[in-house]
Amino acid sequence: MSDLGTLYYINVVAMVVIGLYIVLTKRNVLKILIGLDILGTGVNLLIVVIGYIEGGTAPIYTAGISPAKFVDPLPQALVLTAIVIDAAVLAMAISIAVRLYREFGTLDVRKMRLLKW
Amino acid sequence: MKKLKYVYKIAGLAIAVLLGYMLLQALMEIPFGTNRMFVAERFIFEEPYEVGAANTVTAIVVNYRGFDTLGEVTVLFIAATGVALLLHRERGIRLAPTETTLVVKTGARVLLPAVLLVGLYIFVHGHLTPGGGFPGGVIVASALILMYFAYEEYVAPRSMLHLLEGIAGLVFVIVGILGIIVYGRFLQNVFPLGDFGRLFSAGFIPIVYVAIGTKVGSELAGIIHDMIRRGGESE
Repeated sequence: MSDLGTLYYINVVAMVVIGLYIVLTKRNVLKILIGLDILGTGVNLLIVVIGYIEGGTAPIYTAGISPAKFVDPLPQALVLTAIVIDAAVLAMAISIAVRLYREFGTLDVRKMRLLKW
Repeated sequence: MKKLKYVYKIAGLAIAVLLGYMLLQALMEIPFGTNRMFVAERFIFEEPYEVGAANTVTAIVVNYRGFDTLGEVTVLFIAATGVALLLHRERGIRLAPTETTLVVKTGARVLLPAVLLVGLYIFVHGHLTPGGGFPGGVIVASALILMYFAYEEYVAPRSMLHLLEGIAGLVFVIVGILGIIVYGRFLQNVFPLGDFGRLFSAGFIPIVYVAIGTKVGSELAGIIHDMIRRGGESE
């Protein structure tokens, strides 16, 4: 394995760990959402990194570049979908956070005592 | 109480690091940078004759996985509707009104056409260059954020955005249904492939990507509008 690959993998793991840590320990709803976004970006990066081929180019037909050198286009297409869904989910979650603030007057998840189980 | 807080933090960190370590161990088993394409190989080499788009990623997203993209656009639509439903309360009251200076206002007016043009370019050329309907639509929507930042009294034409959104979604579905009418398969290409690498090529991809760009742009603009204005006058 090349050093570049190790670097990318460590980067992916770091993003996932940071995102997970934020989701698990922070109390502010908006901070939790930021953590979720970092986590999601880490996973997206992982999928794109796995599709990379040593010395490959962008999978776009260009004069003078052989299509045999293209990197895997399939993970990129999948991640394109995931990014859009991420953005939509985040927008939805932020509007729920706005409603929560309006109901409880706080964004602290521990002070939202209306729900009981 | 303060001690308990640290216990939670340490426990959270331990869980996160443990999961990260396991993930890293699993990842180290995957060799980096090697070719492990199965279906993608076929996509790359057959795509110029089947789809005719210079950008292979676009060919996969819009043509091979077109049905999935339709679902994705639907998810975005549902999210936009959800935001509108959740935040719809007071009429036309702007949250966080901002005082801006002449520099910001003039800058916004100068930049607005350029930003719109870049967004338009990116989604019209989606089958030739990097980008496509989704990033192009986001750039178009960002022009609206610029207007909201600069002008306190600015109101987006919400009903116009709704109309654009509906028309764009309809165009996508109609292109799909044309495939059923001609070949009996949903989203089968019925348009000529054209010259490879030209603007008018790749069958229905430019049409669908312009529709997606319009839809994403107007939906995200609608989300921003709902978040800033809560309701709005046009509804």
